[in-house]
Amino acid sequence: MSEDKFNYEELGLMMGLEIHQQLDSKTKLFCRCPNSLTDKQPERRIYRRLRPTQSELGEIDRAAYEESQRNLQFVYEAYNHHTCLVEADEEPPAKLNQEAVDISIILASLMNMKVVDEFHTMRKQVIDGSNTSGFQRTGILATDGYVETDFGNVTIETLGLEEDAARRIGEEEGKIVFRLDRLGIPLAEITTSPDMHHPEQVKQVAYQLGQILRSTKVKRGLGTIRQDLNISIREGSRIEVKGVQDLELMPTIVENEVQRQLNLIDIAKQLQERQAKVETCIYDVTELLESTESKVVKSILEESNSGVLAIKLKGFKGLIGREVQPGKRLGTEFSEHAKKMGVSGLFHTDELPNYGITQEEVDRINTDLLLEENDAFILVAGQKDKAHNALTEVVERAKEALIGVPEETRRAQDNGNTEYMRPLPTASRMYVETDIPTEIIDPQRVEKIASNLPELPVVKKERIQKEYSLSEELAEQLVQRNNADLFEEIKKELPEMDATKIASDIVSTIRDLKRDGYDVSKLDKDVLVEIFALVNDDVIPAAKTEVIFKDACEGITPEDSVKKNNLEKLSEDRILVGIQEIVEENKSMIEERKMGAMGPLMGKAMAKFQGKADGQTVSKLLTKEIQSILNS
Amino acid sequence: MAYEGYLKEFLELSDITVGDKIKVTKPGMEHEGMLLEKPDYSNENTLIVKLSSGYNIGIDVKNAKIEKISEGKKPKIELDPVDKQFSEEKDNLSILSTGGTVASVIDYKTGAVHPAFTADDLLRATPELVDYANITAKAIFNILSENMKVEYWKETAQAVYDEINNGADGVIIAHGTDTMHYTASALSFMLDTPVPVVLTGAQRSSDRPSSDAFTNLMASVKAAKSDIAEVSICMHNNEDDPTCDLHRGTRARKMHTSRRDTFTSINMNPIATITNDEITINDTEVKYTKRGEVELALNNEISEKVALIKMYPGIDPEIVDIYIDRDYEGIVIEGTGLGHCSDEVIDKIARANDEKIPVVMTSQCIFGRTNMNVYSSGRRLLHYNVIPVSDMLPETAYTKLSWACGQTDDADEIRRIMQTNLKGEMDTTLSQKYFIKN
Repeated sequence: MSEDKFNYEELGLMMGLEIHQQLDSKTKLFCRCPNSLTDKQPERRIYRRLRPTQSELGEIDRAAYEESQRNLQFVYEAYNHHTCLVEADEEPPAKLNQEAVDISIILASLMNMKVVDEFHTMRKQVIDGSNTSGFQRTGILATDGYVETDFGNVTIETLGLEEDAARRIGEEEGKIVFRLDRLGIPLAEITTSPDMHHPEQVKQVAYQLGQILRSTKVKRGLGTIRQDLNISIREGSRIEVKGVQDLELMPTIVENEVQRQLNLIDIAKQLQERQAKVETCIYDVTELLESTESKVVKSILEESNSGVLAIKLKGFKGLIGREVQPGKRLGTEFSEHAKKMGVSGLFHTDELPNYGITQEEVDRINTDLLLEENDAFILVAGQKDKAHNALTEVVERAKEALIGVPEETRRAQDNGNTEYMRPLPTASRMYVETDIPTEIIDPQRVEKIASNLPELPVVKKERIQKEYSLSEELAEQLVQRNNADLFEEIKKELPEMDATKIASDIVSTIRDLKRDGYDVSKLDKDVLVEIFALVNDDVIPAAKTEVIFKDACEGITPEDSVKKNNLEKLSEDRILVGIQEIVEENKSMIEERKMGAMGPLMGKAMAKFQGKADGQTVSKLLTKEIQSILNS
Repeated sequence: MAYEGYLKEFLELSDITVGDKIKVTKPGMEHEGMLLEKPDYSNENTLIVKLSSGYNIGIDVKNAKIEKISEGKKPKIELDPVDKQFSEEKDNLSILSTGGTVASVIDYKTGAVHPAFTADDLLRATPELVDYANITAKAIFNILSENMKVEYWKETAQAVYDEINNGADGVIIAHGTDTMHYTASALSFMLDTPVPVVLTGAQRSSDRPSSDAFTNLMASVKAAKSDIAEVSICMHNNEDDPTCDLHRGTRARKMHTSRRDTFTSINMNPIATITNDEITINDTEVKYTKRGEVELALNNEISEKVALIKMYPGIDPEIVDIYIDRDYEGIVIEGTGLGHCSDEVIDKIARANDEKIPVVMTSQCIFGRTNMNVYSSGRRLLHYNVIPVSDMLPETAYTKLSWACGQTDDADEIRRIMQTNLKGEMDTTLSQKYFIKN
């Protein structure tokens, strides 16, 4: 373990992990559409708007409210058969997918959890458009589990089963475009308790949970697993970092976030000392910049209804430009908030004059806003209503800067930094999904599943490597590509068959065919058993399986393929006759080189049989024939 | 649902009621949360707890220790009064609610959904409305639309009449969608209105952010301010959000169990289309009653003894007998094809004719017109004085016959009423474009 940059214990670092993993059930969680994404051209488009509903006491959820402020409109791409009325929010949901429940019970058991006696599907308000209904259907399936780490056990608080959101495709004319293929894919949501204290421990837990997930039917590949990290230090606040893809990056993200919180706390202290104040008044300073040379501002002012608005931050000067994360300043945080309201960015005192805005213009603004020595201003240029909303956001963020670290949801960036996404959702935005009946979970169902749990990948790899005398690489690949079960099933039907041949065909030959565009979905267990039986029964040479695989992908039966390609092995008698001919023709060479003639003659023989005789038989017969000549 | 059996006893003994914060401890686990009511499907021995995360879970009480942590506070819903911003410049619109919830308030603490009934509730949920009109709102019933009855139509007509009489420039009726078209057609016959009367509702409940209620309501406000002084239905035009159709109340039908655009005009096109704040008349050659064209009049005498019978292969003809024996005043048949029924049913219709009970013929094809002259069974039906009503919808024929029977006992008069176009419910020509296939 490398030296830590901070004394995490002293800082009171607390971390929790939240993992979302797509399950590989046949159909979706609340409808029977295929559980898969598609790249086909969308066949239908739906245009919708969402509106936050009023909660008790007239309160609208904080995150929901902010999203609605952006007045977003949505376009959904749909299909005639790949998606249905349920995803389009045009029909009540179908029954809860029982296969997904079973997979979740397996996961719960592997994490030593207690499965709930009744699963209640809830509606969780999400109005960013990613759910056509405006809420995500979600429920808790198990609680109170644990996994072991070198730092001690880590509690797994809850296992949720929920639907995945629609896939964001892009934006057009102010509307966000989503595709409905991903909406409704079952997701397992694993939440650890937030009591991990060292980045290395988080890494270990993430690794272990990965092992557990991969032991059962979950989706593999990019975008099928999403990891979020909760980070806080004693004097800071809880930050949820979304989209942590790389395990190796976790320690850096933690380090940068701790640094960010320490900097924000320090900034708050300085602001408090200066008796800094955030004024909520928004000024129109368009006139002061009317003849500006700044290209950015100029081009914005050419649009209709545009202008430059400003706010005054008393006592902030010098601190807005202060770095909080590598390469990111407090001003960057203000800007990230402003951008959520649809403006392209902001200018602040600590970076001006610059970007074509002159010292003279800065002075003019300072005078106009009656700024004193330590005061700062923020400018936003754009459509006036957008600029106004953006500055309102900045005012809120600046007020938080006086206190310290605001609770936020942030997005992980590739360099280990994070950027602002939205406020943390408040807990109270859930109510029961009345369209889905309560799922009563029979304890016997849980017991039955728990008594037949899958092996963890690492255990499985070691076992099959030993049991079938496979190379470590082959065993590893079988497990990693989720093919170990297929391999074992084939082997069970053909116990005499060479295990390495089966394994290497599965992990490399068939994979290459897939890469070359063959429809390898046709190569199911039964077809593979039929093909390997041809080798096992000595009908075809082992090297010829690839030809039959290719044909099978096109729908040709193994039997027809053998005939079509004339693959049938020669009988031993036919081989013997062929070998005797070769030996006769090369008698002088044999007498000269004795057994040394074996090599060249073997080559000749194999060429003669054109792959329809296997090397072992040819070699056996050839040896015998040579010896009989030498002995005569 | 309430807790039952020994759980009920236990809760009573422990002085725990729904809404209290409790702690449930079982081997290896511990949960704190608010005790909730039980949903419809739930095991008897299961407690439903709302965790602080907002999730509900069910916990079997076997081997569990249950403690009360604190008394639940009854959530008090005290909302600020709404500034209705009345002004002389704006139109006066009345919103009458029958129980279809156009707006909802969610109590996230308990997860309960409170439908908004009062004017203030509605305006608080949709404050934009006050920009467009002076809104007064009243709840006249609180029923699901499948529980609608003939007597409620009467009351609704009276309420609409009162609103218009009191100066409303337009009336909006919030209604459950299942039987909205029955109410719309009944009101069409019971009221002569100089102002628009617009029925609207929602296919996605108004507690959801995706609810169609808001768009439908805003479009209805537009329609209620327009010059289309008819009873109409205003609902989504297609699966997209901003566009609504305005259907004539005697011509609309619910055609899909769940889609937003479930309502379809039959044997005509919607009168108008409303997108955001724009209203467009679809076909200038199709006439409609304009604002102020007729005097306000209420005629809500209506019979509660009219039946609607659907013909199908194998139907027991005695069904008709039952209605005759029970002194029904009129029968609407939803016949097959051009307006037919089996010979056995025709014999029963002959009996109804003998007893002077009017029998009206419509078609279960929904689209198109009846014609009793093409086949012999049609001609036989005519012989027994069956009243074919052209391209009128079966549901409309039902409300119209109910109304006609409320107006008079005279069979000839009823026949005359049924075969006269009163509120655009029938037409002498049918355009080729009025069908699903166009």
